[in-house]
Amino acid sequence: MSNNTSTTETLNQDWLGDDDIYRENILDHYKNPRNSGKLKKYTQTHKEHNPLCGDEIQIYLLIKKEKISSISFEAKGCAISVASMSLLSEWAKQKSVEEIKKLNPEKMIEMLGIKLGIVRMKCALLGLKTILNALEAENESYNK
Amino acid sequence: MNLKKDFPMLNKTIYLDNAASSLTPTPVVKATEEYYKLYRANVHRGLYKEAEKATKEYELAREKVARFINASPEEITFTSGTTASINLLAYSLSKALKEGDEILLSQLEHHSNLVPWQQLAKEKKLILKFIKVKDFQLDMEDFKNALSEKTKIISIAYVSNVLGTIAPVEQIAIEAKKYNPIIVVDAAQAVGHIPIDIKKLNCDFLCFSGHKMLGPTGIGIMYGKKEKLEKISPFLYGGSMIKSVSFSKTEFADLPYKFEAGTPNISGAIGLAAAIDYLTAIGIKNITHTETELTSYALKKLSALHNVELYGLTNAPEQRTSVISFNIKNIHSHDIAHILAGQNIAIRAGHMCAMPLVQEVLKQQAVCRISFSFYNTHRDIDYLITALKKIQNKLK
Repeated sequence: MSNNTSTTETLNQDWLGDDDIYRENILDHYKNPRNSGKLKKYTQTHKEHNPLCGDEIQIYLLIKKEKISSISFEAKGCAISVASMSLLSEWAKQKSVEEIKKLNPEKMIEMLGIKLGIVRMKCALLGLKTILNALEAENESYNK
Repeated sequence: MNLKKDFPMLNKTIYLDNAASSLTPTPVVKATEEYYKLYRANVHRGLYKEAEKATKEYELAREKVARFINASPEEITFTSGTTASINLLAYSLSKALKEGDEILLSQLEHHSNLVPWQQLAKEKKLILKFIKVKDFQLDMEDFKNALSEKTKIISIAYVSNVLGTIAPVEQIAIEAKKYNPIIVVDAAQAVGHIPIDIKKLNCDFLCFSGHKMLGPTGIGIMYGKKEKLEKISPFLYGGSMIKSVSFSKTEFADLPYKFEAGTPNISGAIGLAAAIDYLTAIGIKNITHTETELTSYALKKLSALHNVELYGLTNAPEQRTSVISFNIKNIHSHDIAHILAGQNIAIRAGHMCAMPLVQEVLKQQAVCRISFSFYNTHRDIDYLITALKKIQNKLK
């Protein structure tokens, strides 16, 4: 029945999330996240979590002359949230604070290069939320 | 009964999220369609033919629900669902409570049977206690210790939506008799899976939803013992729940209308009746048997996988239903659910609207959950297991 087919197509279209999002690139960043750990010296740190699924990211930033001199993070969560944060951390190195603040969800998704539905979007954007809030907050710094 | 014809979604999806909501068979959809097309009218008001028919079908639905749980029709109130029913009770029962009174829940509760009481306790300075979970069951020793003359309300999930554990409600009622608290049962996960007999349970109130038992969404039931319902005040006020209204005062309607303000979910009630017909034709005992069998098979297959952690009783099939929560170590439940979805296998991942149970008792951030209905098959489970193995290879 043609009706059934079009509904199926719509279901597949709306869903936007087949195995594609778990392709090599994402899996690699999930299994071997870049810049993982805690910086010895940092000027900013901030933690965010997604209460619905338990994804958690803590970011450490060393900012010198308005640039991200070093960045690291500790993440606990799903493949998308960890991989996104890992990709973001690579991109953020040596970028100016201003450039980071210009990042928005659209640019973040572009950076990831995968299509995401509404549900997983939050996972992908957790890293972005964390770094932006880290830059906003007047928070603790640590200097050994 | 032809499963593929009655449940078209089964042709495309391996649906394993029945604890969230069941599928709705074609006869139920047809029953609601008939209302909308052929006798679309409000109930209890009009004098014309369609109004008569609508009223008759609505009240017939009430009678069917009553028979389904061994109660009388005047003890059955239609609501929008379990959550609404429990909120109604929390509100209406609160009038008789004072500071220091205790409400006893369990650690297994779904948010809908936790948050209303929690907020009530905050507002009226009541004490909220939780029966502990031990080995995935209610710790009856802990229950006996928590019970006292201060306990005014006990509200328990008949079946846990995370662990599938069946609570010993009858035993709880017997044990509590000496203090005579109000006993409320959240039967959302029990209906359509195990038989419900309110006389056997001897509870004062029992709530459930239509959409978890093949019915439409937006309809649910609050059952209450007649003498208890007569004592408590309504929650919602307005049309339909009155006998007479003047500018200065109102006389409320008799049971069960006292708690049904406004135009009810007429099509929902009619659909629910059709769902009861469908389930009764198969026989609840047969359904329980089929699901128990599927559960044993699934537990066997799941526990044979590497790195799987199962939550719930694995050796007591009579004490649990077909709700199975699990985790695969080092793989996030959301990733699992997402990849399975790509293969048209529908499972649930997260905290199941039971954050305290999952996060504080099971100590997990999130879990995966599969839950069966009688239309699931061994093949569904085989597909799931194959898919899980592939995921383990991919994400390890």
